Amino acid sequence: MIEEKVHISEELEPILKQVSDPEIPVLSIIDLGVVRSAEFNNGIAEIKITPTYSGCPAMDVIGDDIKAALLEAGYKAKVDLILSPAWSTDWITEEGRQALEDYGIAAPLEASADKKALLGETQVVKCTNCKSKNTQMVSQFGSTACKALFKCNDCQEPFDYFKCLI
Amino acid sequence: MNKDSLIKYILGIADNSLILGQRLGELTGHGPTLEVDIAMTNISLDLFGQVRSYFQYAAQLSEDDKTEDDFAFLRTEREYVNVLLVEQPNRDFGYTIARQFLFDHFHFLLLNEMQNSKDETLVAIAKKSLKEVSYHRRFSSDWVKRLGDGTEESKRKIQLAINDLWRFTEELFQKTEADLEAIKAGIGVETDKIKGKYLENVSAVLEEATLQKPKLEFFQEGGKKGIHSEHMGYLLSDMQYMQRTYPGMKW
Ligand SMILES: [Zn+2]
Repeated sequence: MIEEKVHISEELEPILKQVSDPEIPVLSIIDLGVVRSAEFNNGIAEIKITPTYSGCPAMDVIGDDIKAALLEAGYKAKVDLILSPAWSTDWITEEGRQALEDYGIAAPLEASADKKALLGETQVVKCTNCKSKNTQMVSQFGSTACKALFKCNDCQEPFDYFKCLI
Repeated sequence: MNKDSLIKYILGIADNSLILGQRLGELTGHGPTLEVDIAMTNISLDLFGQVRSYFQYAAQLSEDDKTEDDFAFLRTEREYVNVLLVEQPNRDFGYTIARQFLFDHFHFLLLNEMQNSKDETLVAIAKKSLKEVSYHRRFSSDWVKRLGDGTEESKRKIQLAINDLWRFTEELFQKTEADLEAIKAGIGVETDKIKGKYLENVSAVLEEATLQKPKLEFFQEGGKKGIHSEHMGYLLSDMQYMQRTYPGMKW
């Protein structure tokens, strides 16, 4: 587990909570854990974000959305992308996990269970539709870089699973 | 080490991901099944993401005001220093998987070692990329086993692909002058150190896949020195088309 302090100014947090990942609109970037710091420096709001996956095309949009949201709230903003420490699914908040499940994306399991699930050794990923654990992986790679594709053997629904990354 | 050599060292790693990413990108909409199509383009996207980090770093190091796009799109064929393996075309699915498999195992070990580099930026990129590449390696290894231990036809094809591509594996471990300088400075990865593990890991998968490890005495090389196979020019003309036609264009 990576312990890394996040510094987010109380003044900026409610504004950043309104910005979401364009590919998972129900999840705020705070709950996704990509905002690593948000602080004022000489009157400018300096935001540091880290990508979930290196090639995540959402990062550019997220950067623009942050600037737009802050500008609307009357702040000048500067957004930097940082790579270290590398993002981990452990940084998704409890609220974020719930939002994912409600949206129809199974939240990431802890590492060892994730590996077994993706290797098809155990059935531990719960169907987001009927909650059955009688599910199977269709593809390790899903609709976006961060997801794997699953299907439910009971209700037959396909669904996304947010892959564990630690 | 001096900046020019460091840039060369970085390109030696980045170009592999760039060219392989481009090859995989060619499969967008052409994968044998929807899931495999999505998987291969996802891997391509991961590789491009990693490449951007490397090129942004190289641009930052370079004296003139180069950007990441200059490195990606505006070099000539001789200036690309990727290994020959990654530029080999997508012949059939087995061939694409075999190419991926032989590269992923190397890539994983390289990044694993790069986490100990004295260069902080390279460490950050390695740590980030390693998580992604472990998924790539699992994907390609699983497919090698599935095809090898599959039907007579799939076994024949994947074995042929492994046999054909094996001659490019030696080059993965070759060291250019920039590599040697980087190793001396504690920045670069000593590839001698990972070669044994590479052969061990690759052999283990081949064995499980009921495939034969090729026995070869002669290997092909050149890419790391900028001497590429005949496939490279076609790949570049495709990849660079927009920037060459409309210089400086932006989305
Ligand atoms: Zn279900």
